[in-house]
Amino acid sequence: MTELLVKNACVIDPLNRISMEIMDLPIRDGRIVESVSSVADVIDAQGCLTLPGGIDSHSHVCGTKVNFGRYMSPEDMRAGRTARRGKMHVTSGYYVPTTFGNSYRYSTMGYTTVLEGAMAPLEARHTHEEFTATPHQDMMANTLFDGNWAIMEAVQKHDVRKAAAIVAWTLSAVKGYSIKLTNPGGTEAWGWGEDVSSVHEQVPNFNVTPAEIITTMIQANELLHLPHSVHLHCNNLGKPGNFQTTLETFDLVPDSNNGRQTLYATHVQFHAYGGTTWQNINSKAEEISRSVNAKPQIVMDMGQIMFGRTMTMTADGPMEFNLYRLHHNKWSNHDVELETGSGIIPVLYSKKSLVNCVMWAIGLELALLTKNPYQCLLATDNPNGAPFVKYPEIIGLLMSKRYRDEECATLHSGTGQRTVISSIDREMDWNEIAIMTRAGQAKALGIITQGKGHLGLGAEADVAIYPIRCRDVDPSTEYRKVTEGFQKTMYTIKRGRVIARNGEVIVEGANSTFWVNPSVPEEINVADDPEFVKKFKEYYTVRMSNYPVQDVYLPRGKCIRTEAMR
Amino acid sequence: MIIKDVVCPFCGCLCDDLEVEVDGQRVIRVQNGCALAESTFTGSNRLPAPIRRNAMGWEEISYDDAISDAADILLSADRPLLYGWSSTHGETQSCGVHIAELIGGVIDNTSTVCHGPSILAIQEVGHPGCTLGQVKNRADVIVYWGCNPAEAHPRHMSRYTTFATGFFVPEARHGRTVIVVDTRRTESAEIADEFIRIERGGDYEVLSALRAIVQGKSSIIPSEVAGVSREQLIRVSEICKKAKFGAIFFGLGLTMSAGKYKNVRNAIELTDELNRHTKFTISPLRGHSNVYGSNEVFTWITGYPYAVDFARGIAFYNPGETTAVDILQRGECDAALIVASDPGAHFPHSAAAHLAKIPTILIDPHQTATTPLCRLQIPCTMTGIDAEGTAYRMDGVPIRYKKIIESSYPDDAYLLRRIHDRIREVQGA
Repeated sequence: MTELLVKNACVIDPLNRISMEIMDLPIRDGRIVESVSSVADVIDAQGCLTLPGGIDSHSHVCGTKVNFGRYMSPEDMRAGRTARRGKMHVTSGYYVPTTFGNSYRYSTMGYTTVLEGAMAPLEARHTHEEFTATPHQDMMANTLFDGNWAIMEAVQKHDVRKAAAIVAWTLSAVKGYSIKLTNPGGTEAWGWGEDVSSVHEQVPNFNVTPAEIITTMIQANELLHLPHSVHLHCNNLGKPGNFQTTLETFDLVPDSNNGRQTLYATHVQFHAYGGTTWQNINSKAEEISRSVNAKPQIVMDMGQIMFGRTMTMTADGPMEFNLYRLHHNKWSNHDVELETGSGIIPVLYSKKSLVNCVMWAIGLELALLTKNPYQCLLATDNPNGAPFVKYPEIIGLLMSKRYRDEECATLHSGTGQRTVISSIDREMDWNEIAIMTRAGQAKALGIITQGKGHLGLGAEADVAIYPIRCRDVDPSTEYRKVTEGFQKTMYTIKRGRVIARNGEVIVEGANSTFWVNPSVPEEINVADDPEFVKKFKEYYTVRMSNYPVQDVYLPRGKCIRTEAMR
Repeated sequence: MIIKDVVCPFCGCLCDDLEVEVDGQRVIRVQNGCALAESTFTGSNRLPAPIRRNAMGWEEISYDDAISDAADILLSADRPLLYGWSSTHGETQSCGVHIAELIGGVIDNTSTVCHGPSILAIQEVGHPGCTLGQVKNRADVIVYWGCNPAEAHPRHMSRYTTFATGFFVPEARHGRTVIVVDTRRTESAEIADEFIRIERGGDYEVLSALRAIVQGKSSIIPSEVAGVSREQLIRVSEICKKAKFGAIFFGLGLTMSAGKYKNVRNAIELTDELNRHTKFTISPLRGHSNVYGSNEVFTWITGYPYAVDFARGIAFYNPGETTAVDILQRGECDAALIVASDPGAHFPHSAAAHLAKIPTILIDPHQTATTPLCRLQIPCTMTGIDAEGTAYRMDGVPIRYKKIIESSYPDDAYLLRRIHDRIREVQGA
């Protein structure tokens, strides 16, 4: 039995309606409890801001394309490097750090749970190997189904149960967590160097549209009772005028779950552009947030960009090729047979670029114009919009109009005409920030029941204590104290164990991987479906028996079982 | 007993459809595999026990003594080199990196003598690739450049490309145009629809000519480029541009001939150019079964695919300086740990000779050309035969090797973990 008592904590725990209360947090064997004995270790939080461990609901940190981002970028590896020190391994990289680099930086920022944004099922083993080498965060993997041939065939036949059965088999085979659709249909079209340009355009050879894929997968997701909703990267990412596609997509979404959203729309900043060309691009954040404000069934994340160098990486292969033709920088692409695609390109977001300035403004506008912070979460689509180490600056911008105005004054002079950022007065409070970075993320991912995102009795003792006396700080004017405070915790506690102290990681990690195993009625199990098995054998280049990820890849796997269609 | 869907641990194709019949601790039959696979599974020459060189020759020693000797050699070295890693699984590779980190050594893998130049090219211009199934199901044009899969990767053409039946290529060979580019007429060239014979060292020029033609500048092409006629170059460019899906594969003929990484860069940029007309991909034909895995594992831990030097505490990478052959040729390292590779057979003589001068430890199941160069050899399991673990196919697809026979040999990962722990123990004290 291990016991820990965090004393004098200024706790914000939105899910338990606790807001800046000075209290003690008793912890036993990794969970929050009523009380602990007198021999418990004691941490004095000295009245500092204490939050549930941070959760990133969309970040690219592990797997084939992330590692290829490292592989092709020695220039970035040199941009951030630390030597072995204490329990910490060597790290390299700034925008695509090594796995230990990611893990240490998230830890020192108080983040304890991360959803990998995109895992190709065929390459799942790789993602899980890197999860193990990201030792301090509990991990889970969005699993790509956007160009899945078997799924598209089921969609074409309007067979939701079949689609659900394929999802169930795949998630349990690859130890995935949730359904991810990246440019649905577009990644298959990219197999021929093409793309789809609207939700109603047919995918070549498959006689389905993105809209049909999205709506069928939403039904399949709810049929399987998956903890998370469908997680969607909309079609037409990064194209002027794409906000229409995004609005059309949102209009497809029914409200079919009482506990959470029915659609998680990711990095919406990249999908909220007006205009018709790069010359007349403008913000459509108002239209997008108006739609979200009217639709409780939708949760989005910001996809904020921040100025500086970073790497774009996505399953959206055709988008990356378009970006390559704009930037003429190095370009990698990796199509995955029968499943999806991917692409990687380094970028520099510059204040001299009007387009980049408009993008920067849109992300903030989305957050500030969305009334309910549970519906717009803080993320940069790490590292696409910016590396996650920029989150504290984004918090500062959301909490301070003055900070935003000062930044706006340094932007391209055309920014004001294309955006509404300078007319928004809203300044977010501590509670709203706690929602956007942990409570909302836990709710959206469906992991509150796993004890994440809050500090109530029985919750997992993932706790972040920041050197911020939030009762004495006015974020509106003292935003530097806010951004600095969120960069480095005094203590990060993971399952009741102090893992980081004042920016140093002090123990070896022992993370878990959450995955979902939905059970479906025997008669629709695709593993016994001769047609499914035959096509697998004929068209994949690995044998079906060698496809599933063995348990050995998840040394501390946590399986969430769901019962479908009962 | 017959075991199905066995993964072959020989080359980067990692065919996973073999049927292997075992009788006790012996493989007696291999089905579906190529000749190379068969000899891999049925080969012998395993070293029975750890051996150490003494004044008289070799003596057998215990595993405990061998582990402690190995740790001592590495601990007392100023500039240890840890090399190999391509014929074993990921856990061993990962242990190797952590040992190098602990002792401030240099760790390098066999890419250094095969596709190292490809990695340098990719670091300059990126890599438009795909998994092999994408080629199998879609490609109507296949180019093999500077490689001879018929002999080096015998099932590449039948399982993944030329002869494979694909969803959009149901007629297999008849639905595909095969182009082979080489300096000599190889077995692979015999089955090509179009064979481009280049004068030795002419790859860069021919690639440049093709790029110019694809860009619409055929008028500037002379009547012959490195032995290839203008007509053929234009014809081949047209075939590529008209492809629905084209796939280029290249080998050491491109990476290790004059021009080296510049050749690969040019080939990648030709692929980029072709993507403005149709869909095209390019992929290196990787040799050792898990050489790509060593690149992957090194990268997620250190940030670099090979040639990583921890002497400064941080991970430092400078191929040409921190690459194994260069370090050996400069006579710079004073101890070496070789795991799952055979530099005695593959390195230039001057580099191999330095291995014989310094205390070299070899962890390998077999007696190899490196055995005579070393001071200590510790035999271990052979990954994919009596040990399981992860390997990355040449296209990045991770596959788990099966253990098909039980043996009394220790896994190389176990040996390295013990060496690692011993080093930590001594350093701690």
